[in-house]
This record gives sequence, C-alpha cells and structure tokens, in this order.
Amino acid sequence: MKLRRVRAVVVKEGLQIWRDRRSLIIALLMPFMQMLLLGYGVNLDIKHVAVCTFDRENSQTSQSLLKHFQASSYFAVKHVLDSYKSVTTALDRGDCVITIVIPPDFSERLRDSGQSSIQAILDATDDNTAAVATGYAQSVVSGFSDEVQLQFSGIGGASVAAAAPLSLEARVWYNEDLDSRNFIIPGVVAVVMALVGSQLTSLTISREWERGTMELLVSTPITSMELMIGKLLPYFAIGMLDATFCLGIAVWWFGVPFRGSLATLTLVTVLFLIVVLSIGYLVSVTIRTQLGASQIALILTMLPTMMLSGYTFPIDQMPDFIRPVTYLVYSRYYLTALKSIFLKGSGVVDLWFPILIMLLYAAAVGTWAARAFRKSLD
Amino acid sequence: MPGERQPDIQISVDHLIKRFGAFIAVNDVTFDVRRGEIMGFLGPNGAGKSTIIRMLCGLLRPTSGRAMVAGVDVALNPERVRQSIGYMSQKFSLYGDLTVAENLRFFGGIYRVPQKEIAERILSVVEMAGLAGREDSLVSTLAGGWKQRLALGCAILHRPPVLFLDEPTSGVDPISRRRFWELIHELSDDGVSVLVSTHYMDEAEYCNRIAMIDQGKLVALGTPAELKNRALPGTLLLVECDEIGHAIELLGSAPGVRDVAAFGNTLHVLVDREAGQTDRLIAWLAAHGIAGARVRPIEPSLEDAFVQLVTGNREAA
Ligand SMILES: Nc1ncnc2c1ncn2[C@@H]1O[C@H](COP(=O)(O)OP(=O)(O)OP(=O)(O)O)[C@@H](O)[C@H]1O
Ligand SMILES: [Mg+2]
Repeated sequence: MKLRRVRAVVVKEGLQIWRDRRSLIIALLMPFMQMLLLGYGVNLDIKHVAVCTFDRENSQTSQSLLKHFQASSYFAVKHVLDSYKSVTTALDRGDCVITIVIPPDFSERLRDSGQSSIQAILDATDDNTAAVATGYAQSVVSGFSDEVQLQFSGIGGASVAAAAPLSLEARVWYNEDLDSRNFIIPGVVAVVMALVGSQLTSLTISREWERGTMELLVSTPITSMELMIGKLLPYFAIGMLDATFCLGIAVWWFGVPFRGSLATLTLVTVLFLIVVLSIGYLVSVTIRTQLGASQIALILTMLPTMMLSGYTFPIDQMPDFIRPVTYLVYSRYYLTALKSIFLKGSGVVDLWFPILIMLLYAAAVGTWAARAFRKSLD
Repeated sequence: MPGERQPDIQISVDHLIKRFGAFIAVNDVTFDVRRGEIMGFLGPNGAGKSTIIRMLCGLLRPTSGRAMVAGVDVALNPERVRQSIGYMSQKFSLYGDLTVAENLRFFGGIYRVPQKEIAERILSVVEMAGLAGREDSLVSTLAGGWKQRLALGCAILHRPPVLFLDEPTSGVDPISRRRFWELIHELSDDGVSVLVSTHYMDEAEYCNRIAMIDQGKLVALGTPAELKNRALPGTLLLVECDEIGHAIELLGSAPGVRDVAAFGNTLHVLVDREAGQTDRLIAWLAAHGIAGARVRPIEPSLEDAFVQLVTGNREAA
C-alpha cells in the first residue's frame, strides 16, 4: 500500500465532500434530526405486560382502580397477591414485570387530602420492558385520576384540585434510577450512527460509476485497498463528528448520566463506525447505482439495528429461533457497550466481548469490501 | 521518418478475441505498435475499437489471445501495465467538481509522480494544454476542447511510454482538434506510442498507420497511403483537357482504363496499376485529336478507401 496514493484519494474525496455543500450539511444535521425524532418518538408497543396486584386496602375505590389495569390491553393481570413476600417471589420468578401495590390508607387519604399515591414495584433487569411498563402504569393511573377528579368537581362544586389527585410512585428493584430515556437513548445513538455511517459511504463508489470517472480510476495503478482507505478516511472524520453530536445530545439534551470513561466510549464508537462505514462501502462497491446503493445500505443497517439489536424488542423476549440471530447483529454489541459505559461506567476490560466482536466485524467487513472491489469493467 | 525510429514494439496484440455472451465484439485481432508510432483506429460505431483499447488497458479481460503493452502481458500483470500507460476514455472521466489543478494533483498522486517534480510537471502540462490562468477553474465549467486537453494532460503527467486515446476529439471544434493533434505529434516525437481511435477521416491522415476495424475484425492495416491504394483496384489519374465530353468517350475505350468519371471540369480516370500510364493517356488523347492534355496521379480520399474496405468486408462475411 502506498501512502502517497491514499493521500491523493483522501484529498480528492475531501474536496468533493466539501464542494457538495448540501450533502455535507445534511450529513452533519442528520444526527440532530434523527436523535430528536427517535429520542422523543420512541413508540414501544409492548402489549400484555405481566402485572401482579397487591391490594392492601380492598376498598371499592382501590378495586375500581385495579379494574382499570384489567381492562387495559397493555397489561395482563397474572396474580392477585396478598403479601410483600409473595410480591418478591412473583418478581423473582419472573411471573410479572411489575406489581401494583395499593397502600392501606389509599381511599382515606384521597378523601381527606384529595391526594393519594400507589406503588409500582418493578423488575428492571429488562430495562426496556420495565421502562415501558412504568409508562403504561402511569397512563392507567392518570386515566383513573381524571375520573376521580371529575367526581370531586361534581360533588364539591368549585373546589377543583389543582394537582392530579393520584400519583404513581415507581419503586424500582435491581435498577436504582430507572428513567426510560436513559435506556432508550443509547439505543437511539446506535441506530442513528448505523444509519448515518452507512449512508455516508454507500454512494462513494456508485457515484464514480454513474459519473463515468471510475473507468479512468480503474486504469490507474491504484489498489482497491488504497482506494477504500482513502475514501473511508474523510467519511470517518465526518462520522466521528456525527458521533460526537449524537453522544453530546444524549448527555446534554436528554440528560443520560455518563458514568464511564471517554476513552472506552471513543474506542467502541470508533470500532462501530468502522463497521458501519465498511458496510456502506461494501454496498457501494456491489451496487452500481446511487439510488440502489443508498436503499440497500438503509435496509442492511437500519433493519437489523431496529429489530434485532435489542433496541425495539428486548432480546430475551424474542422467540427462541430469532435470539441466536441477534448475535450476528453488530449494533447489538455497540448498544450493549454504550448502555454499560453510560449507566454502569464499564471499562474496556468489562466490555472485552463486544469490543472483540466489533474488532472482528470491522476486520471482516473491511477485508470483504476491499476484495469486493474488482478493478475491472467486466 | 519511421525508418529513423527504433523498431521496438510497445504494443503487441496477438489473436485477441472478446466475447460478451454469444456476441463477439472483437474477433481475432492482431497488430503491433512501435515506439513513437501513432496508430489510428478507424471504424464505424460498435466496431469494437473501445473494447480493444479497454482490453489493452487491463479494464476488460480478453476471452482469448494475448496483449503485451510496454513489454508486459496485460492479462498476467495488469497493475504493472497501468503504471506504463495513459488512458483517455471515450466518455470524459475527470472530476467536474474539482479544479484543473486539483485533478492534475490527484492523478500526479495516484501515479506517484516524484514529489519534487510534481509542481513543475503540472506547470508544463498546463502550459502545453493551453490552460494557463484556468488552473483554479472547476473542470465542469471548461469548454469541450479545454476538457480534452486537460484529460490528455492528466494521462501524460507520469510520462507513460504508451498512450491510449479513445475518440479524444469527438465533439470538439476544428481548431481545438488541430491543436490536440499537434500535441499528439509532439508526444510521438518524444517516443511515446499512441493508439488513438477516431471517426474523423482528416485525423486518420495524421496517423503513421491506420487499423481499420469493422464488426470486431481488423479489416485493413497500413499507412494512410497504402490503405487508399489497396482499396482501389488501380491508380487514380486526374485529367485536365479540352473537349471534356469527347475525352470521356475516348478514354472509356482506351486500353488499361477501368473507369472514368467527370469531376467538375476535370476527369478522374482509374487505370490499371502499371508504369507509364500517364504518358500513355496523353499520347492516346493526342492521337485522337485532343492535344495538350495534362495528366497526373492523385490520391483517392481515405473516406473512399474506408467505405470500399468496409463494404468489402461485409460482402465477404
Ligand atoms: N460490456 C458489454 N457487454 C455487452 N456488449 C458490449 C459491452 N461493451 C461493448 N459491447 C458491444 O460490443 C460492440 C463493440 O463496442 P465498442 O464500444 O468497442 O465499439 P466502438 O468501436 O468503440 O464504437 P463507438 O465508435 O460507438 O465508440 C458493440 O456492439 C457494443 O454494443
Ligand atoms: Mg468506442
């Protein structure tokens, strides 16, 4: 490999990226748009979450609240429990993800002060489902709360309580500071990086075919490895910029706590970026039209990342025959690593497995992409 | 001139065949190009000119046959060949969104032109191509003739001994074309072997030798003069005299005359290829009452020869 040629390609590609100002701006704005869109728009339609109830009051009001849980299609009431001990057992055994506990003074406090609360006890090892279940429980409770408020204003005339009379206190077990965004946002970062990274490089070779510049390039002594590295480097720089934006938005906009080290974060991000850029490049080498390449790249990166990385559907909730497939999905490893670095502060040693897999992936896809480019018009 | 040149072969094509599926695009073509020689490819659309050139550049693999360029077998070692060739593809293929200088620097880098020479070489190429003052213009904004000269400049920056130019002047005005051909001749004088395809007959005349190609076959190969002579079954004479109408009749019945045609107020007479035909015609006319006729041999046009050879080839097929 000759550095001189790589440098020539880097300069040429860099100039072309710089001159194509519109695409460059899109490439730099995309993380912002996607992060906000996906960060706020996560719609995780999990239905029939297993729920247990523990009614310590057994009043008409408390029963009517629990009926709302039974009626909701989001929940499936599995067990009616009668002690905290049985709550622990039920959660430990995985009989349910969430237990609704109604305190003994529930309706009394509601009557006296117009305010009351119930507890939701969660098994948050499966963070996504727990986060979603909390959200659902919240909405069931606030639906009931609206009804209560309506009754009050009917009875008491003008004295409408300013605050909602009912609130849900989530008690999270196994995962102290459950905030749904903290779990979802690292996933969003992985999705956006997969999308942006592969799109960046998916056009770079097909563009040369479409414009006819490839015929001349192929007639020169450049090797496919030199061409690939020269073409990937400028996009790598843009990708790192995009990654910085994404991670910055995660921390400063969505307030996801960052407990790990910057070095570990950089390492896994660099590896993931190399993987997605190489996938985009491989597609670009294989598909000779720009439109086709862009679409295939989208399908190859977004589909597995969205569906199989654990971003949308928790991996341990997947059917048995799908779960092994997720081990092939490179985003799964980045997602795992990101969550661990952000929330647990994991270091390189803890993350040796995802790091190793991403390293292997980067090497394999990179080699494949370089091989796939044949200097020939045949 | 050709006698002074070293006769070493820079391009050697031996029974080259290229099939695309069942279609034979190049059918058993054999020829050589010497150092400093300008070889022209002349042939109708779809004849296979570009396909041959692409095989010689290592862009397409020959189905069979052998091609040696600058002493290297293209099929066996395409990468070594690529450092020794410059290529101008039929379709313009420089980067329109880069400037003149940026394109030159890019190809200078790709061919690893020595770092300390690059500035000087770019300068000389810019000068040669008449692009001085336009170094910082985006290539997409250049007119056709400038683009072609820049493409040539990019192809010769690394001083290759062999140059492949595929219809380098198509769609370019006559003055630019002439200028372009002056550049080609300068390169050839420096010992560069040039293989150039064209549709223009006048350009073909500038070549040392011409390969006429039709339907994938090499129909004829030779200097322009040879091809013209070979195409016509005799020698063409121009006759100027009085009483043209009478002369046509007289010449039509003269011995050794194959064809007579009026050309304005002169006559084109095709005679058997023999010595002394000129004097024989003058004597024949004088003997039949037309004195003072002027007769001289003329060259048939290349276009005549081309049409003749191509139709001959198709009839034979
Ligand atoms: N990749 C290919 N696949 C199939 N057929 C091809 C391919 N490339 C060229 N051909 C066919 O081979 C024949 C020769 O094409 P080629 O481009 O070599 O002709 P040419 O002499 O350069 O013509 P022109 O003067 O129009 O440039 C044509 O009939 C063309 O359609
Ligand atoms: Mg052609």
